Amino acid sequence: MPKDTGIGARSKRREDVRFLTGRGAYTDDLAMQGQVHAVMVRSTVAHGRIVSIDTSAAAAMPGVLAIFTGEDFVAVGGNPAGWLINSRDGTPMREPKRPVLAHGKVRHVGDAYAAVIAETHEQARDAAEAVAAGTEIEELPAIVDMAAAVANAGNRVHDEIPDNLCFDWGWIEDNRAAVDAAMKAAPHVTTLELVNNRLVPNAMEPRASIGEYNPGTGDYKLTTTSQNPHLTKLLVCAFVLGIPEHKLTVVAPDVGGGFGSKIYHYGEEALVLAAAKKLGRPVRWTADRTESFLTDAHGRDHVTTIEVGATLDGEILAIRTNTLANVGAYLSNFSTATPTFLHGTLMAGPYKVPHVYVNLKAVFTNTAPVDAYRGAGRPEATYSLERAIDKMARELKLDPVAVRRKNLLKPDQFPYTTPVGLVYDIGDYHATLDKALEMADLAGFEARAAKSRAAGKLRGVGLSTWIEACGIAPSHLVGQLGSRVGLYDAATVRVSATGTIQVMTGAHSHGQGHETVFAQVVADKLGVAESAVEIVHGDTSKIPFGMGSYGSRSLAVCGSAMDRALDKIIDKGKKIAAHMLEAAEGDITFENGSFSVAGTDKAKSFGEIAFSAYVPHNYPLETLEPGLEETAFYDPNNFTYPAGAYLCEVEVDPDTGKVTICSFTCADDFGNVMNPMVVEGQVHGGVAQGIGQALVEHTAYDENGQLLTASYMDYTMPRADDLPFYQVDHSCATPCTHNPLGVKGCGEAGAIGSPPAVVNAVIDALHRGGMTQVSHIDMPLTPARVWAAMQA
Amino acid sequence: MYNFEFAKAKTIGDAVKALASDDAQALGGGQTLLPTMKQRLAAPTVLVSLNAIPEMIGVCVNDAGEVCIGGATTHAAVAREVAAHYPALAALASHIGDPAVRNRGTIGGSLANNDPSACYPAAVLGSGATVKTNARDIAADDYFLGMFTTALEQGEIITEVRFPVPHKANYQKFVQPASRFALVGVYVAQYAGGVRVAVTGAASDGVFRWAEAEAALSGDFAAGALDALAVPGNDMITDLHGSADYRAHLVKVMTKRAVAAAH
Ligand SMILES: Cc1cc2nc3c(=O)[nH]c(=O)nc-3n(C[C@H](O)[C@H](O)[C@H](O)COP(=O)(O)OP(=O)(O)OC[C@H]3O[C@@H](n4cnc5c(N)ncnc54)[C@H](O)[C@@H]3O)c2cc1C
Repeated sequence: MPKDTGIGARSKRREDVRFLTGRGAYTDDLAMQGQVHAVMVRSTVAHGRIVSIDTSAAAAMPGVLAIFTGEDFVAVGGNPAGWLINSRDGTPMREPKRPVLAHGKVRHVGDAYAAVIAETHEQARDAAEAVAAGTEIEELPAIVDMAAAVANAGNRVHDEIPDNLCFDWGWIEDNRAAVDAAMKAAPHVTTLELVNNRLVPNAMEPRASIGEYNPGTGDYKLTTTSQNPHLTKLLVCAFVLGIPEHKLTVVAPDVGGGFGSKIYHYGEEALVLAAAKKLGRPVRWTADRTESFLTDAHGRDHVTTIEVGATLDGEILAIRTNTLANVGAYLSNFSTATPTFLHGTLMAGPYKVPHVYVNLKAVFTNTAPVDAYRGAGRPEATYSLERAIDKMARELKLDPVAVRRKNLLKPDQFPYTTPVGLVYDIGDYHATLDKALEMADLAGFEARAAKSRAAGKLRGVGLSTWIEACGIAPSHLVGQLGSRVGLYDAATVRVSATGTIQVMTGAHSHGQGHETVFAQVVADKLGVAESAVEIVHGDTSKIPFGMGSYGSRSLAVCGSAMDRALDKIIDKGKKIAAHMLEAAEGDITFENGSFSVAGTDKAKSFGEIAFSAYVPHNYPLETLEPGLEETAFYDPNNFTYPAGAYLCEVEVDPDTGKVTICSFTCADDFGNVMNPMVVEGQVHGGVAQGIGQALVEHTAYDENGQLLTASYMDYTMPRADDLPFYQVDHSCATPCTHNPLGVKGCGEAGAIGSPPAVVNAVIDALHRGGMTQVSHIDMPLTPARVWAAMQA
Repeated sequence: MYNFEFAKAKTIGDAVKALASDDAQALGGGQTLLPTMKQRLAAPTVLVSLNAIPEMIGVCVNDAGEVCIGGATTHAAVAREVAAHYPALAALASHIGDPAVRNRGTIGGSLANNDPSACYPAAVLGSGATVKTNARDIAADDYFLGMFTTALEQGEIITEVRFPVPHKANYQKFVQPASRFALVGVYVAQYAGGVRVAVTGAASDGVFRWAEAEAALSGDFAAGALDALAVPGNDMITDLHGSADYRAHLVKVMTKRAVAAAH
């Protein structure tokens, strides 16, 4: 019987009541008494020297209250990278200052070099145009192509960085020679050059921020579209503006999607705070869609050569990759971690491979900053691997399924230490593969292909067996690897006198459904109704601390902290119950919401214990404090390793090159599942984004650094009719061995595992159609690209 | 958006008068004009709405059997009301944009704008329709003068479009993936006097007639009649979404499909 409440139930998302009835409260919905409006003045050239900014005309315009330029922020700090990477030669990465407003130079189209604050938005916009008209920028040649950026020492994004190189990273450098030797000795080497296309995150809600300052108390408040309010607070206080940490509250109210782009701190957040202080009035800013395209941190953008050394029967002997990773014009907070420790460490995939070496050069260009986007590094690794393995199988005339079976780790090989620094704790990759093949009816493929042929279409099938690492941890390890933050999380469980419960979580929900799922866990554990539990998130004044939501970490890390706090609540409840029931603490058991004396019918309900904690008339006051509230911080001792097998079937129209997805099958291992409906929704959304990357999404800058795809007229988002009905399954579960809930995380899986399955399917279709010359097509596989490849 | 005055005309005469000033501009459904104004790329001082002029709204069939569509008639209304008279045209209208666009956007606005990727220009040219304005009648062959350029004078408004109804017709639209305008759209219509083939989306000069295909199909209205033909890539658009060669190729593919589907 499926459960109807608690862990494992398909509880309906409670947050949807407000979202679907228009009662969500997003940053831009919040009106503040006396508010004024900020408009950013942004560069229209990709690269230029700021010669002069004359703000006098703008300052005299109606309603204008203040104008800021880069000059105003010279004395304060910059927005730092969260992860320090060392190059192969041991030198630290180059980390240019990322100021609140550009100073001296502008470095990408959309780079803000001034801001206008006025009584109304229209007045601010008019004055922003006047500032732009009063600004002289000497345009410099744009640096767009990564290879050219590294080769051309004369033209620099940052004057102090000669070769536009942030770092040249080797993972693991000590293994390099051994990998080279293994590759040389391999009977067969498959080589593939591929581009992991740059993506614009396109959260439905654009970024928005409101700064407030109370001159009476000296308190600041920032309301902002953040996945990670505590990090933003830390960065604003400790690095950028120097506000004492106890004087700033950061609130991230309802947030309409982030996909990574709202993890980071952006200059506009510091700007509205500084402006609020100067004016003593709330200052608000909301991006328009063009600003979102130009300035939200983009995703992916790798150019990779991957080599796979193998035996003639398909056993993988060595993997070597060389990658140029675009970091854009400035280092966004996780931009240095994403292509390294979230990418290079995954390059062994779910396979038993003795030798793996990853070289990655991070390159500055005159484009928007690039950072983690749903999957973050792991989609790039998975795509390289799964494409190359498919190509290897084809070259060796082997069945791609058999090649994977041959190399996948076996269930008895865990824990498994990879040659790229991870320890996979548990998994059953053969089970998910078998499951996917069965669900997708691979056996019936030939019959379906014949039907397609009869209709003039080419049918193909593509496979991807993927693994990812979620819940980056533990803190002492990431610290050694260069992280400047810890990666634990925290939760406070507050039980009220009447037995209802609030849980303050460091994880932030912006579409994931935490308010429902976390409440299910609490209800299950305390034996109370889900409706008696409220999840509070997104307000640094209410929550102990948190590292936010990204990297599929919320339940695995913050959920574990919550679980620990619940244990403390139960422990304290037992003490209270022992006193009330006049029994020894050791004899108290807690089950289904009831504290009872083992072997008797003496019991107190959870509600009675809560009441007693706050009305302590019959209470062990000498040994126990009143109240029932506990906090726990949880620092995992390993990553979690979700894995799975994805199978995609496509039809290609040979006349037009158009690809239609016929079916998409996902067999995932997420460990224990708290709410199957929410997990399925996460997979659906992730796969939609993966299919978007594979088939339609394309971010193009021209040679002058102008973003050609700066609106939905040219940037294609996947729409409902581009997508199939998914078949998803998560029954092949191997619970995570090291967190209390046994969960692994499911938020990014779909976006990680799906792109290579789609591309493999298209290549398969073309080969079956006789176009065996086509060994690869770079994403997105638009009709035009597929058609062009077919003509080659 | 900059500030502007708003005038809601009740008659064609009122509208023409209101449009006499240089920086006044007609407003149809606003689906093209308003986004441009929001981006501050257009800044008319007066917007003259044509949406409340009864004589410019609706569909009828005249004595000559032509389908007459008021210049301010929405795509949705065309999709609905023309279906019984000229199904290929109604089908074209029903695939423009999304429901919101179809409920606001108008045939007059689309033709005045003459976007090189728009759908209506193919139907108008492919049907040999007549564009009627407040001042004159303009034959389709004289109306489209290149990308975003038409025979309309400053302040002239499209009051009606008259379509002769063919025996058979069909529009095939291969969408540009992002905008879902036509990457290549081909309108084929068979009349007693011959076949017309109009192509949108493909050429840098906007909608055009493919003369060789018209000749071949006038002789034999079958997809196979096009086998020997090829469209040269010279005048085709190359952009992010497709090369000139790809577009030229699609013109033939879509023409064949239109012939096969025509009814
Ligand atoms: C999301 C989206 C998708 C779209 N998809 C498609 C598509 O697939 N195919 C397609 O063909 N189009 C598409 N369009 C365009 C749509 O059809 C527009 O409605 C049309 O191009 C303009 O019509 P309008 O009535 O909105 O004109 P407006 O935007 O009001 O005006 C456009 C121009 O025409 C002038 N004008 C308006 N009416 C008249 C008139 N009666 N006489 C003279 N001048 C006039 C205006 O002054 C202005 O210069 C799309 C638009 C959007 C926003």
